[in-house]
Amino acid sequence: MPIKVLVAKPGLDGHDRGAKIVARALRDAGMEVVYTGLHQTPEMIVNAAVQEDVDVIGVSILSGAHMTIFPRIMDLLREREVDDIVVVGGGVIQEEDVPKLHDAGVRAVFTAEASTQELIDGIERVVAEFGRDRARREAAAR
Amino acid sequence: MIGHRVQRDLARAISAVENGILPFAVALERVRAAAGSNGTPHHADVIGVTGPPGAGKSTLVDRLIEGLRAQGQTVAVIAVDPSSPFTRGAVLGDRVRMQRHSGDAGVYIRSMASRQAGGGLAPATRDAVRLAEAAGFDVVLVETVGVGQVELEIVAVADVIVVVTVPALGDSVQTIKAGLTEIADIFVVNMADRPGANATAVDLRHMVRESARDIPVLQTIAPDATGVPELLAAIDVKRRAGESNAVRAVRFEIVQRVRDRAVAGALAALDSPDGAAVLARLREHDINRSDAIDALLAILGGPVHAH
Amino acid sequence: MQTPVKPITVDEHREEWEQLTLLPFIERRPESREVFRTLGGVPLERVYTPANLAEHDYLRDTGFPGAFPYTRGPYPTMYRAQPWTMRQIAGYGTADDTNARFRYLIAQGQTGISVDFDMPTLMGYDSDDARSEGEVGREGVAIDSVDDMHDLFAGIDLEQISVSMTINPSAWILFAMYLVVADERGFDRKKLSGTIQNDIIKEYVSQKEWVYPPRPAMRIVRDTITYSTAGLPRYNPVNVSGYHTREAGSTAIQEVAFTLAAGMAYVDEVVKAGVDVDDFAPRLSFFFVSQIDFLEEVAKFRAARRIWARVMKERFGARKPESMRLRFHTQTAGVSCTAREPLNNIARTAIEGLAAVLGGTQSLHTNGYDEALSIPSEAAMKIALRTQQIIAEETGVVGTIDPLAGSYAIEALTDEIERGVFAYFDEVDKRGGVVACIEDNFFQLELAEAAYDLHLRKDRGERQIVGVTKYRDDSANPAVELHTIDEAAAQRQLDRLRRTHETRDDAAVAAALAELVRVAKTDENLMPPTIAAVKARATEGEIINALRPIFGSYVEKPVF
Repeated sequence: MPIKVLVAKPGLDGHDRGAKIVARALRDAGMEVVYTGLHQTPEMIVNAAVQEDVDVIGVSILSGAHMTIFPRIMDLLREREVDDIVVVGGGVIQEEDVPKLHDAGVRAVFTAEASTQELIDGIERVVAEFGRDRARREAAAR
Repeated sequence: MIGHRVQRDLARAISAVENGILPFAVALERVRAAAGSNGTPHHADVIGVTGPPGAGKSTLVDRLIEGLRAQGQTVAVIAVDPSSPFTRGAVLGDRVRMQRHSGDAGVYIRSMASRQAGGGLAPATRDAVRLAEAAGFDVVLVETVGVGQVELEIVAVADVIVVVTVPALGDSVQTIKAGLTEIADIFVVNMADRPGANATAVDLRHMVRESARDIPVLQTIAPDATGVPELLAAIDVKRRAGESNAVRAVRFEIVQRVRDRAVAGALAALDSPDGAAVLARLREHDINRSDAIDALLAILGGPVHAH
Repeated sequence: MQTPVKPITVDEHREEWEQLTLLPFIERRPESREVFRTLGGVPLERVYTPANLAEHDYLRDTGFPGAFPYTRGPYPTMYRAQPWTMRQIAGYGTADDTNARFRYLIAQGQTGISVDFDMPTLMGYDSDDARSEGEVGREGVAIDSVDDMHDLFAGIDLEQISVSMTINPSAWILFAMYLVVADERGFDRKKLSGTIQNDIIKEYVSQKEWVYPPRPAMRIVRDTITYSTAGLPRYNPVNVSGYHTREAGSTAIQEVAFTLAAGMAYVDEVVKAGVDVDDFAPRLSFFFVSQIDFLEEVAKFRAARRIWARVMKERFGARKPESMRLRFHTQTAGVSCTAREPLNNIARTAIEGLAAVLGGTQSLHTNGYDEALSIPSEAAMKIALRTQQIIAEETGVVGTIDPLAGSYAIEALTDEIERGVFAYFDEVDKRGGVVACIEDNFFQLELAEAAYDLHLRKDRGERQIVGVTKYRDDSANPAVELHTIDEAAAQRQLDRLRRTHETRDDAAVAAALAELVRVAKTDENLMPPTIAAVKARATEGEIINALRPIFGSYVEKPVF
């Protein structure tokens, strides 16, 4: 069962080189990647994540607005009663903000200098650790 | 409008079926319960949009969504893209073109990877369409790249099949596969502002005339919605003429489902202890191939044919 | 006169050298790699010789500075007359904040201004738009109306200081604001110098700031060119850019090819409107990156000049020398700066800055060491400026023009890049021109391939990054003081915007917008009604939104 990842570009920033390379690398690792496109609001990102029922939301953010965007995404997921999608992020994020993001519920933060393998391993790890076991969820819903 | 919880449960049901976690019947019940169906099954018209890559299907589908919403109909979109034959992964970018409908609770967009060689529909697409129907959407649009035998797969799924092409730089309808006139309900020449558009449309009309069916050939320029109202009207006509297509689709679907079941049964027989024993004897040259086949068919029951 | 060395002799000697000297040496100590490539992927020869230049004709291919084909530079004296313009970009918070930084940089010896706008301004949203939340004044300065523009240039003599504005889909509006400020402060338009980037084609390819689809966007660029050409003899209405495409992962050849192709598309557009090429081509300017691969970059700049000269002469029939002479601004490569051990970036930037100077740039922005972490701090900008000043004052390279000309390696690479670029021009022509290529995602696909290829080369270890992939010291990562975002700036901007709304005549604004809409539906020039609207204190967002129903909105089709 392939891991399904939403690669999201919030805000008005148009630098998508990183996001596109990540999308391609994850595909090459056998994952199914849904790309949101540019200029997404947190509402659009969560809407896509829920409709696509992804395992992971990967947010690529270079604008410095991560301390606003990530908490907003977490709030919206809660509002939609979706608690089993793992949120990870990457881009230009200051080291001192990483613990705060973890507290907000972001499971992993990748620096721009992370290698492809580190990214793939990281996503597989957080999905295994924190992600939903879909079969168990369906059984529980019976 | 289709509420958030229904959309969430629909999304999860599609995943469950796609990944083989739930049988379709159970997933369907889940969605019906979430949608509050009282027993009378909801019916949605299913419109398939197919064509070669680069024909502008996503932009056209975006315009169709716009038009259907203006008519007050709720729309679910299943957008299928090919999986990589090497890695089995996929990048699914169709929803980008339709993103202006993102805040609209009357629109649901789901991307699916084909998960099989040769592109085409995903095996679970059919089920995803039925689930979206059960969730209460009035229309389900299925967008897919027209490679391989996808048109035949679409017949099993869609009530109305729209085949989109673009003005070709060289030969026009040579690129349209033979037999398409048995399946297409509407032909669309998109990017109709490019050179060769009229010629392509004319060629298609000639081709269509050879079949007994009435298949309109339309021209559109999706970016500014030129020709889209006419396309919606043509789709509407075909939707209301629905019955013969429903029969066609059900005939095709029954054949598909029975074939799927038979294939599953054959594989089970091959993997069963008795089946494995037959294959072991074949490996040891104790029996020849046609004897092996007879023996396996006998395990499955039914008549035995010597080859 | 240069006496050519007979190629046959050199080649024969080379073979002998390879047999007798090279091969035995390699057996004892092999080379570290089979192929050495430039950053852009061009294979480097072990050693270049006169044989590489056998087809070269000095007068035809290299020539003299300030004369066709301009390989050696657009001016006959280059830096011997005056150094390139030292133009560090600045922009954050509100107009007042950025004005203070401008004045600081000018006091430190900067000779031209470069403005960086915040994302809402770049994308055509007012600061109070829902889309702007969290982004006002963050990555650049917030400008909503001409009132902000006035404060941006307070105390700055626009007749003396040239102003470059990095702005694209809304460039024509900011240009109008700049002109209104100049008019209202009594500056002579004929003395204004500067540029708007206004290169919409590369937005669809790489920088991805867009509002309208390509065709109406081209019309807007055309209108700014014809308007500017008529009234502002020292102003460059377009700064055709390769920087962003390169930063997005393209090769050096693609950077030049896609940029010059875009330049040609703008020339086509204006010529189609009936303007003689020699009337506006002299005022087209360009913007390239200077990346870390030193030899390739110097060759790249020289190739760009030679190609443009030939294209303008042969394809467009330009007769004025100024029409054939490519002038450009350079910025050192942001993407080459690391977040780890940021002080290393000072060395990278110095090398990249030197390459740009040896490549003959007219204007230069050197990145701060904090480029990978934040928008530049004052301290980082000071060192970056000093870096340029050291190049100009201490290295001696300003004393002679195009000093690397004649280097076998540099000339061979210049030729190689030119060949690659013309191959792309042929491809673009075959596909129906630049706009068709944009609509078909041709450039975007080429770029995606190159970016992924570079990524794989890095992953494989073919390209190392010091301090990150090699010589990594995990025990220490020096912290540097970063520019602090003033979170109160956004609120200050909203207050400014509200004041503009309160003090203006709304009826006059409505009338001006109505006239703008009327003109947009015709083929008349958009600049006059835009200037009128801006003068009435219409905001950028109001102007952009007024034209959306007519021009449409662009949605990309992403390729990977």
